[in-house]
Amino acid sequence: MNDSLYLDEARDPLIIAEGWMKDGKDVAIATVVETWGSAPRPVGSHLVIDAEGNFHGSVSGGCVEGAVVSEAIDVIDSGKARMLEFGVADETAWQVGLSCGGRIKVYVERLG
Amino acid sequence: MDPYALKTLNAERRARRAAILVTDLGDGRDRIVREGDQVAGDLGAAIARAFRSGNSGSVEAEGRTFFLNAHLPQPRLLVIGAVHISQALAPMAKIAGYPVEIIDPRTAFATPDRFPDVTLHAEWPEDVLKRQPLDSYTALAAVTHDPKIDDFALKAALDANCFYVGALGSRKTHAKRVERLLALGASADQIARIHAPIGLDIGAASPAEIAVAVLAQTIHAFRSRGLDAKGAVA
Repeated sequence: MNDSLYLDEARDPLIIAEGWMKDGKDVAIATVVETWGSAPRPVGSHLVIDAEGNFHGSVSGGCVEGAVVSEAIDVIDSGKARMLEFGVADETAWQVGLSCGGRIKVYVERLG
Repeated sequence: MDPYALKTLNAERRARRAAILVTDLGDGRDRIVREGDQVAGDLGAAIARAFRSGNSGSVEAEGRTFFLNAHLPQPRLLVIGAVHISQALAPMAKIAGYPVEIIDPRTAFATPDRFPDVTLHAEWPEDVLKRQPLDSYTALAAVTHDPKIDDFALKAALDANCFYVGALGSRKTHAKRVERLLALGASADQIARIHAPIGLDIGAASPAEIAVAVLAQTIHAFRSRGLDAKGAVA
């Protein structure tokens, strides 16, 4: 993924995650690690989540963020990383809806 | 993610240096690899490919699955000279994914009228580059024909290891330029990196055609850039 010429620090998920960490917050980082078909966000894209469910960035352009945020809160609690898969073949994903018809795999891990 | 890895990654990104976050998807351990760092085996080969392409992805190596998240700075093109060629080059390069800035101290040339939607500096390269240093993800094309304007920028581009350095002018013009750059302290190896006459040899004649040749050469330089040489400088 290409970074902009100069980082847009106010919107950059990894910069925000670092700021949250400095503020003493618990943080999870979700990363798109694989896509099939027409996925809205490329491999490497991030969504960062704090323990209150605040988030920045995106892994799907809005389709599955809600599900990723609730999984992320569990990951913050347990400290155990999870691999999530969303797509039309998956029943849960059907509910949360990747309307584009693509499939994505999202790795969710705790920061620290 | 390791907090230290995140801090390191963000510091590299702020400094416009390429870095890859390597995560072992089995145990979640991660580390930052900088361009030029030596990594052995299949993983090392995949990391080298990711630095070149900028593409992130998973790789199987040593019986484990790693995710490589490649963070490359946005490549950009700095043009010395607000001339006819630059008027064609700026919009073309922007479309191709190489945002352009133009420097020319001649205020009659560097006008927003002639260059709408381009970051334009009607100043000497010395002054602009002091504020905005060059780096290895910047290409520099010097097209003023005027040594007073071009030479300093060319020397700075060689010193900063810009991924592409091109200079407009015939072979005869370039021979004189080589002498001047040697006098400025550039080494023969550095000077050999300058593409002169500028642009891929496609028989370009008009300013717009020369712009195509320069852009194509810039893209080629970016996609085939030598990683080892850069590692030595970083």
